Amino acid sequence: MLEDMNENRNCGCTCVCPCEQEPECECKEAIRRDMMMQLRAYYFSINDLALYLDTHPDDEKALCLHREYAKKARELSDKYQKLYGPLTISYPCRKWRWLEEPWPWERGSF
Amino acid sequence: MWNYNKTLQYPIKIKCANPRLAKFIISQYGGPDGELGASLRYLSQRFAMPDEKAKAILNDIGTEELGHLEMVGALVHRLTDGVCPEELAKAGLGAYYTDHGVDVYPQSAAGMPFDANCLACKGDPVANLQEDLAAEQKARATYEKLIDLCKDDPDVVDVLRFLREREVVHFQRFGEALRGVQDKLARKNFYMNECKMEMPNFECTNAFNSVNNYSPCDSLCNCNNNTKCCR
Repeated sequence: MLEDMNENRNCGCTCVCPCEQEPECECKEAIRRDMMMQLRAYYFSINDLALYLDTHPDDEKALCLHREYAKKARELSDKYQKLYGPLTISYPCRKWRWLEEPWPWERGSF
Repeated sequence: MWNYNKTLQYPIKIKCANPRLAKFIISQYGGPDGELGASLRYLSQRFAMPDEKAKAILNDIGTEELGHLEMVGALVHRLTDGVCPEELAKAGLGAYYTDHGVDVYPQSAAGMPFDANCLACKGDPVANLQEDLAAEQKARATYEKLIDLCKDDPDVVDVLRFLREREVVHFQRFGEALRGVQDKLARKNFYMNECKMEMPNFECTNAFNSVNNYSPCDSLCNCNNNTKCCR
């Protein structure tokens, strides 16, 4: 499928689209919801630790936690975006999936 | 610059619309102690903040408040989504619907449009940070009042509780930043200046001093050339 997409493009470039197909199963919405929940937990922890580190820059334990969550968030956000489309406009994709709904403020958002 | 993250900081799950609550909650969007005022206050104060920790905390809390602005806006939107104009009017949003339809407009619960008068940027680091501490407490108090008013909807209360808690954390961080600034200002400074007092025939190049024949450091000067020399 991915190869088909790459062959059918007309831009003439040789870049590879990182997008994958969504898992085809009944629980795919639940999987997406769980992934988003976990990602949000990482983002929250990173933000809260960042505020703490602003006033306690020498706290090694907080810095270590920040590193750990930043790494986990990067890995999980890469995985999420490959499946469900970009979370930021800087995520590379052959098909412009940024337009896909729902947006965070809309009903049914993840 | 800012990058948009296509997710809310905390999920909003609203099962049924409730425009009556939206009418109150909109105050935290554009009211005097709302998230729009908070973010603009911190992001405007950061430009001239002299302390590195306080600068960072203003920037980062201001950014988080923008995320809260989105959350409150989403809350108002979802509580009014799909409600017919008659129902909106019954919930006290008839006047709002007349002017803004179903958009989310920054105003207070009483209908006052957002006013930058609530920002308070005084150009003084201590005054500004004290203002920020008070702002966080006022926002916390507003969320508590909203929780009282929204008791019958646990989904709404859940979001309001999260936002209230963040105000408490911000208060803590601003307190630490203020302590840092005050310690810095209270420090006894010791300056080591280049000493030119003993230089023979040294002529003052400071236009102000030579023109006005005035030397602010006469008492320190021992070069016997009081009219021309200032140090």
